[in-house]
Amino acid sequence: MSKLDKYLRLDQFPHFACSGCGHGIALASMVRAIDKLELDQNTTIMVCAIGCAGRLPVYLNFPSIRTAHGRALTIATGIKLANPKLKVIVFMGDGDAAAIGGNHLIHAARRNIDMTAIIAINEIYGMTGGQYAPTTKSGHFASTAPFGMIEPQMDICKLVEAAGATFVARGDIYHVVELEKLMLKAISHKGFSVVEALTNCPTQFGRRNKNSRPSEMIKNIKEMTITKKQAEQLSKEELEHKLLRGILIDKERPEYIEEYDRITNFQEEGSLK
Amino acid sequence: MNKKVLMQGNQAIAEAALAAGMKVCAGYPITPSTEVVELLSRKLPAYGGRFIQMEDEIASIGVIIGASAAGKKAMTATSGPGFSLMQELLGYAAMVEIPIVIYNAQRVGPSTGGATMPQQGDIMQTKWGSHGESPRIALCPSSVEEAYNLTITAFNLSEKYMVPVVILADEILAHIRESITIPESDSFEIINRRNNAPPQEEYLPYKVDHTGIPILPPLGGGYRYNISGMIHGDKGVPNLAPETIDYCIQRINSKLKKHYNDIVMVEKMEEENSKIAVLAYGSTARPAKGAVKMAIENGIKVDFIRLITIWPFPEREVREIARRVDKILVPEMNYEGQVAGLVKQSIEGAAEVVQFNKISGLPIYVEEIYNQIIKIERGEK
Repeated sequence: MSKLDKYLRLDQFPHFACSGCGHGIALASMVRAIDKLELDQNTTIMVCAIGCAGRLPVYLNFPSIRTAHGRALTIATGIKLANPKLKVIVFMGDGDAAAIGGNHLIHAARRNIDMTAIIAINEIYGMTGGQYAPTTKSGHFASTAPFGMIEPQMDICKLVEAAGATFVARGDIYHVVELEKLMLKAISHKGFSVVEALTNCPTQFGRRNKNSRPSEMIKNIKEMTITKKQAEQLSKEELEHKLLRGILIDKERPEYIEEYDRITNFQEEGSLK
Repeated sequence: MNKKVLMQGNQAIAEAALAAGMKVCAGYPITPSTEVVELLSRKLPAYGGRFIQMEDEIASIGVIIGASAAGKKAMTATSGPGFSLMQELLGYAAMVEIPIVIYNAQRVGPSTGGATMPQQGDIMQTKWGSHGESPRIALCPSSVEEAYNLTITAFNLSEKYMVPVVILADEILAHIRESITIPESDSFEIINRRNNAPPQEEYLPYKVDHTGIPILPPLGGGYRYNISGMIHGDKGVPNLAPETIDYCIQRINSKLKKHYNDIVMVEKMEEENSKIAVLAYGSTARPAKGAVKMAIENGIKVDFIRLITIWPFPEREVREIARRVDKILVPEMNYEGQVAGLVKQSIEGAAEVVQFNKISGLPIYVEEIYNQIIKIERGEK
């Protein structure tokens, strides 16, 4: 028995993920970060929605709420408004967070409500059979991009930064120790924090893009990301196909509910009358 | 002592929600319901509650579901276009049995329609707007005072039966101002959802007792269970076994049927040996009642029935009326006769249903309904 077993709903196993799927690595990084932070299992709430990533938190032994596609952040917002003392972690896939839930992502970042959004990026809708996502790179193939993706790839980190997120980080499932540290920092951060975790989908993405060996895919992810330091050594052209890894934004701004309670002179229920 | 005040319909709904113990309101601006969120944004913090204006109505209903899952009574206020956007999560709330209250001030539709004018066009959407089949309660107030009282009832029913409740009013009621009596806070019952779950080791979130209603402690309140819109059995985790699908859908939909008598409310006025009945609801019920009184004064015997609960549909009460009379006049501010259709379905030919539909954005007037009664009486309809 692993010391992390207590965080799992073991009666729900075996899980549904395909062999070679990288989502479990991202999820495990999150669980290890939670363990290091010694968060209370009863007051840490897992919020998720639909898709491969969206189903994963159901395997975790926390209070969990699995919502409709794209709506996880709205439900998380409601949980915080009802009880700001709860720790809220939202685990989403790229389609869930950035396509159908894109508007909610922008406004959650703008409000700076204290919660953590972890977004597993695999460039594809895996559960429904390999359709392209806003994060699919131009030229890649998907079941709905049989001639290649013509839309440009969305940079979720830049989007949430522009919207006002106070902590933004990107990690990947090759640099797994670093990913765990990023998640730990994000979860400890006061305000809206986002961690983009680059993962792989051999079944739906790899198969269509002539690279379905999980180890090869993970190696590609490794080569795709660079640290800020490494980036300084590269030319503009060399940087074009690279993604920055590590903490991209870490700043302070008033947290929404603290600010709300301050300016509205919020009265805790017990203190009334 | 009870307080007599002049109040707008929207205001009464907001005030009553506070009196019912509502602590989280999320909304998006829309005519003709906006006064509710304006008022609550000002008042909630002093009541230990929080208001938030969200990016759209989808997010607004999401927030109130999250807040309710965390144990607080929560509501949103909207109108047609916003109500359409809420259908996805309205079905979700019904499926996962998280109580919420939605106020829908019906306006002229379809589409943008007419924001400042009334319609009764969302009867079917309220029940059938989400995919699949799921339960909800809908209440139709006819006066500002009733809007106040029914808002409290809406929260009570929602908490008691773990189900979304829609306060289905219309633009007339939303904006009308009337003198109403506000009841003393200790003169009405406040029902809170059950919180007597067995210990975590024995607890299964969707295992129900004879009431058919699950006990769902607040998220973060010491229980670690899963809430999911996917088909689930007692455990609350995804389970697509045929018997679980059957059980899950049966259970959520049958629980209101089980408690029909506690949920369904109607107002009735019966005359001896009447041949005609007028059946109405919401703002239309007031001119309808006026017309019935006028007819009785003029020697025509007419029954009156007002549907206060519209979902679940009061089919037993409607059947009873159909047994008494030959013709039932149903005046409605919509094109198809959405409630007239439900009446026909309920009474299976036991009486003739005469529709009177007005869709001009103007209220239905007493004289219009009275003229219809006269026509029926003369055999012209």
